[in-house]
Amino acid sequence: MNSPHWIVVPVVLPLIAGAACLLLERRAASIARFLSIGTTFVLLGVALHLAGVAASGEVHPYLLGNWRAPFGIALALDRLAALMLVLTAVVAIASVLYARGGGARGAHDAQGLHYHALFQFQLMGLNGAFLTADLFNLFVFFEVLLIASYGLLLHGGGAARVRAAIHYVGFNLAGSALFLVAVALLYGITGTLNMADLSQRVAALGPDQAALVRAAALLLIVVFGVKAALLPLYFWLPDTYRAASAPVAALFAIMTKVGVYCVARVTTLIFGDDAGVATDVADPWLPWLAIGTLALAALGTLAAVRLRTLVSYLVIASAGTLLLAIGLGSAATLSAALFYLVNSTLVAAALFLLVDSIASGRGEADDAMIPAPLAYRAAYGVLFFVFALEAAGLPPMGGFIGKALLLRATTDLPLMAATWAALLLSGLGMMIAVARAGSTVFWKAADANRAQAAAARPARVERLAIGWLTVAMLLVVLNAGPMTQYAESTAAQLLDRRAYVGAVLGAQPVPPAWTPREGMKKP
Amino acid sequence: MELMVAIFVGVLTGTGIYLMLRARTFDLVLGLTLLSYAVNLLIFVMGRLTVGRPPILDGGQMPALANYADPLPQALVLTAIVISFAMTALLLVIALVARAETDSDHVDGEEPQAQRRRP
Amino acid sequence: MPALIALLPFAGALLLALLPNERRRLSAWLAGVFPLAGLVLSLLSAPSILAGDVLRWSVDWVPALGLDFGFRMDGLAWLFALLILGIGALVVLYAAYYLHHDDPPARFFQFLLLFMGAMLGVVLADNLVLLVVFWEATSLSSFLLIGYWKDRKEAREGARMALAITGAGGLALLGGVLLIGHIVGSVKLDAVLAAGATIRAHPLYVPALVLVLLGAFTKSAQFPFHFWLPHAMAAPTPVSAYLHSATMVKAGVFLLARLYPALGASDAWFWIVAPTGLATLLLGAYFAIFKHDLKGLLAYSTISHLGLITLLFGLDSPLAVVAGVFHILNHATFKASLFMAAGIIDHETGSRDMRKLNGLWKYMPWTALLAIVASAAMAGVPLLNGFLSKEMFFAEALESDAHPLMAWLLPVGATLAGVFSVAYSTRFIHDVFFNGEPVGLPKTPHEPPRFMRVPVEVLALVCLAVGIAPGLTVGPILAAGARAALGAPLPAYSLAVWHGFNTPLVMSLIALAGGVALYFGLQRLINLHLIVQVPRGGREAFTFVLARTVKAARDLTLGLQNGSLQRYLMLLVAMALTAGLLPFLLDATFHMTPGPSTPPSLAFALLWFVGIAAALATLVEFRRRLLAITVLGAVGLVVALVFVYLSAPDLALTQLLVEVATVILMMLALNWLPQESAPERSAARRTLHAILACAAGLGATAVVWLVLAQPFDPISPYFLQTAVPMGGGANAVNVIIVDYRGFDTLGEITVLGIAALIIAALLDGRRPPAMQGTRLPAPTERNAHPLMLKLVTRLLLPLAVLVAMHLFLRGHNLPGGGFIAGLVLAIAMVLLSLAHGERWVNERLRTDFRRWIAAGLLIAALTGVGSGLLGHPFLTSSYDYPVLPLVGAVPLASASLFDLGVFLTVVGGTMVMLTAIGRLQPAAGPGATRWN
Repeated sequence: MNSPHWIVVPVVLPLIAGAACLLLERRAASIARFLSIGTTFVLLGVALHLAGVAASGEVHPYLLGNWRAPFGIALALDRLAALMLVLTAVVAIASVLYARGGGARGAHDAQGLHYHALFQFQLMGLNGAFLTADLFNLFVFFEVLLIASYGLLLHGGGAARVRAAIHYVGFNLAGSALFLVAVALLYGITGTLNMADLSQRVAALGPDQAALVRAAALLLIVVFGVKAALLPLYFWLPDTYRAASAPVAALFAIMTKVGVYCVARVTTLIFGDDAGVATDVADPWLPWLAIGTLALAALGTLAAVRLRTLVSYLVIASAGTLLLAIGLGSAATLSAALFYLVNSTLVAAALFLLVDSIASGRGEADDAMIPAPLAYRAAYGVLFFVFALEAAGLPPMGGFIGKALLLRATTDLPLMAATWAALLLSGLGMMIAVARAGSTVFWKAADANRAQAAAARPARVERLAIGWLTVAMLLVVLNAGPMTQYAESTAAQLLDRRAYVGAVLGAQPVPPAWTPREGMKKP
Repeated sequence: MELMVAIFVGVLTGTGIYLMLRARTFDLVLGLTLLSYAVNLLIFVMGRLTVGRPPILDGGQMPALANYADPLPQALVLTAIVISFAMTALLLVIALVARAETDSDHVDGEEPQAQRRRP
Repeated sequence: MPALIALLPFAGALLLALLPNERRRLSAWLAGVFPLAGLVLSLLSAPSILAGDVLRWSVDWVPALGLDFGFRMDGLAWLFALLILGIGALVVLYAAYYLHHDDPPARFFQFLLLFMGAMLGVVLADNLVLLVVFWEATSLSSFLLIGYWKDRKEAREGARMALAITGAGGLALLGGVLLIGHIVGSVKLDAVLAAGATIRAHPLYVPALVLVLLGAFTKSAQFPFHFWLPHAMAAPTPVSAYLHSATMVKAGVFLLARLYPALGASDAWFWIVAPTGLATLLLGAYFAIFKHDLKGLLAYSTISHLGLITLLFGLDSPLAVVAGVFHILNHATFKASLFMAAGIIDHETGSRDMRKLNGLWKYMPWTALLAIVASAAMAGVPLLNGFLSKEMFFAEALESDAHPLMAWLLPVGATLAGVFSVAYSTRFIHDVFFNGEPVGLPKTPHEPPRFMRVPVEVLALVCLAVGIAPGLTVGPILAAGARAALGAPLPAYSLAVWHGFNTPLVMSLIALAGGVALYFGLQRLINLHLIVQVPRGGREAFTFVLARTVKAARDLTLGLQNGSLQRYLMLLVAMALTAGLLPFLLDATFHMTPGPSTPPSLAFALLWFVGIAAALATLVEFRRRLLAITVLGAVGLVVALVFVYLSAPDLALTQLLVEVATVILMMLALNWLPQESAPERSAARRTLHAILACAAGLGATAVVWLVLAQPFDPISPYFLQTAVPMGGGANAVNVIIVDYRGFDTLGEITVLGIAALIIAALLDGRRPPAMQGTRLPAPTERNAHPLMLKLVTRLLLPLAVLVAMHLFLRGHNLPGGGFIAGLVLAIAMVLLSLAHGERWVNERLRTDFRRWIAAGLLIAALTGVGSGLLGHPFLTSSYDYPVLPLVGAVPLASASLFDLGVFLTVVGGTMVMLTAIGRLQPAAGPGATRWN
């Protein structure tokens, strides 16, 4: 069990599974599906194991191709990476289960080709992005997860999705180009790609390169801002997420978090507190943009006339909150962010699934905020209120704890007033929006007649998926104490960049079991 | 020559971005393709300019940057080229499908005068 | 013990949630059992509480937040617990009869118990954050209860308004609590209550105070937040009796009492709390007089009494606090009973309109008697509990010496309020039970069922008992509560009915006389029944503001997010420019340093010129797409040549091949897209884009030039040194992509594969409409395959296979490798299919290239895994040079196996893409011809 190779499994396993799904799909669709679901569960197991490994507190590097860092590509497992892996797996399980459902229109995963292959590749991209310690490799995994997400978004087709896809793909291609520019500039200035090495070399740069490296840094953060839905780069998001099928949207809940993760990573590891000329390069403006994001997202929830749009804005609001906390950059705000991140991701995913289930129970009205007969009103209503209020940061669920932690963490920061105003007012706005939406959809609506109810009965897998996420959220709330401790130690680890650098650059290749190097002398 | 290369990159970037900002899907593709040329060149020249010394090692010279071009950016560009090729192809096909579905090749999937969607 | 008391109702709610809505009696019984059990428990703990000790129980929850899941019961909490549980039990009994048979009872009682638990949590919480948690929970449960009759518009509106106001207050309270926690260093109640001095001295005291008071005032419906309460009366009457008069609205004043030791005793406290209370007291009482709706009248009177209590705490003297606590109890008893009476009347007459309800004394004397007792208590008639606390209040109003203004304002205001309250109480009695005959009631009134009246009887009895023998009945409870509220030894006070003939008594008499006079006077002069209430004030302001906010939000959102990709991309470019430019602008010391400059050869200059010309040509001609593609190809070609010139043969080869593939793709795609791009109207926008583009171009130029001027010490020498000895290949670039950075390549081919899959999925069995005026022949058109081309291509394929093999094998040492080889083969096959028709090719090589992708990815991945089996990390390569007969030494690295995976994926991917598009058939339609 304590083999070092576990670290690479979250990347390679889905790749193999995806390829296998591809081969099986035509002949044995059910087997492919089963394989996909099984793999996802295995991934959770692996992720949990890795979390256990990471809990030890030191950073665990993994030298791919047995090449010493910074020359080869290295992976690095620390608490944050492990946390993201687990979170991804949990959400992915809900998503892949739910994909079997889909009500009248037939199972989500059967509405087009290659669903499960794409799904697995998506997981590969996500896990890779969380694990890699190499900036260019991070770009590659961004592309993997993005292109897989393009496929998943388009899955099932239809004009709306294709429309959304053009925006989503076009915008992100531009983003990727920018990513490459930023990485290239950093290489041109520092001559390396490994993030640990970058951390050292950036800190060592002289004043002549100051402006250049800061520019490169900001470009990089802009790129991550595209993924993390930072103002003014999130405008593509609501339409995209609304167009995606529910399980895909649920999985996308983790996608914005990739951006957030990357911002957290580079602003602590490379452009952190003691990064020489590039010290805290994002600090002056990231918090303000985040506050703007939060405010506009709250207004967006008020403006929404469809439930899916509402949820999309809740996702953006959570991203804004996270970026705000990260932008403030103290240990306390970071740990608050990490705690909030877990909850907001789970609840966003749950909401996308729930709203889809509700919409399929409302016939023509779909997810529009208009009175319409609705089956299972009571059950749906309760869940919706609990989830949505949690997303808005009201007690008793974890969202509240996260926000309270953040408020508390900012009490002695210069930006306190602005932060508090933003958090509390946006919370109020979202609460009002949710109340309006809920009272329209669940109170104004008459109960559906038996026929409709029967037609709209959510499939077992759908209930299973939603239940799974609910349980996860409850666990988070009940274990809020340990969770916050984990968040705290994670934040501490993030801020201790030297440990990361030391571990990655200090990692030694495995001595060869047998020496192929004998073959060196050409005959 | 450095300046010339820089200008070339700049021109490609500028033209690429202008086309990328156009309202028709095909022009968007053209723009992104030009942009990808620009980016590939940019990555490549980050390894500095070397004339006539490809990183193919013959036992002869000392393996140092004095005698060979920087191989790393070249490898990165290889990856970048492939990825941008895949992306371009995909976007093209999406554009094609979009036209079939929405009967318009506008990037917003509807002709400008058409009514905007509510959020 | 306290935890048990607080958690019991939640257990009950959970139990009820499992109950089907039909089980009326059972759910009522269950709902009744839990408060009774709680009541018993609290009574059991009476001795210790009365003895003055504090019961605690807690477990850790979120230490980081100082938030433990803990409960703490002192006198004040205990007093409130009795109130909540006692009245709760009565309300359940009452509701059991009140609910209509088609109201789902289980859900009602479930919400009710939820609220009960939340409310108990508020009073029993042992730290302020937990208090806030329960506080918001009360808001939510009240939201659900007000909206219980969800089909009624006013119910939904009232619920939303209540939630918005009280919820907002809750958020403010959270802020205040966290500030207090920041000041004190703990949110534990014990710590906070002990730290009064520290808090008041702290610069953040006033912000904290204001935030907390916002919470309290919104909850207790203080002016100007009072307006939500009357609209909350859309709830079923038991709810009004319980939440909106007896308990929840008391949470605000409870908070004042609770935090009095910590926040009280300061000018800020006095000058914020007292005036608010006074204003609320007077306004509430005044409006109450003019309400025609029974519950409306009671609602405003509740507001006014809450104002009274707030004012008492604001007066900031120990005795006032005692009076405040006392009045909390009294008001709860008489107001709850009044609401229940009103409910009975509504229930049995079908109306709550005092213009219709008259002379009910004849029909329901017993109920009438009870109601009269209760409203007399409300009016502060001697021998009833209301009288006692009101006397204390008058006394305190006289005592206040904070400010000359207040010295006379308070007594006058108090008396005036007394007059008003007597007036509306009189109206309640006179209008409903006497004053002639009922007019046009839906049904003939009669006494309610026996047990529906019991709760009212109990409460009325309490009013009497307390009013007559306060010392015996309420004395100890009040003492315990007040002591806890004060956090200090009690001041001397006497709970006697008769204090001798003193000013307060005079004030009471004035109030009584004046009130009666006022009411009848009004009746004479202007018949109250004729007054039409015009809706104005808080509610309208609220709905107006909310509507405006929503509208603004909608406009803003739609305005910003107008669904135009062009705008979004523009913003991205703008952001990038800002990000790139800012550092240079902010860096004062920045200066351009001219870097090394290699003299350009003529060849390069020529190349450069052509390249730029081609790029600009694309820009000019982009609307004529065929032409644009050609020029674009030229640009790509130039880029490839630049690569050659700058010593990157691998790149050149790849670029070239990709270029060919791209051009073919675009040509094929153009069959299904307009040949010309429609012109854009807005010239302004084009100009803006042009400016942005130029800026970006300049930026790119500058940044490249700058970087090239910097000293450079990359990690690359390592690759040059180790490629041969450790990587087993002379072509450093190839060794990097298959070995040092094989992981990148793995990702890269995955991307290619995925792209192909998506394309296949998208175009699977699709028949897009053919474009009008297509200049290109559809690719499968027979006569599009001239004989020459066919012959050439047939020779081409085997040749291509050989070349590909060659490139593949030498790749590790010379330019080439799996990727390039793959592209060569793929392109050859595509040309073939272009020449012979895609069908011709398919007939000869029957294969689904998607399987190639899968196979390629598997081989690549498993190669990597293989090294793991040798205990090496993923993708560790090993190699040898076996000597094959004839061929000689062949580099056989495991990396080459990996490269084989690359090769397969590339061939598969490219083929899938190109054939998927090539396979497209035009759908029948105008201008479209169906081929073969």
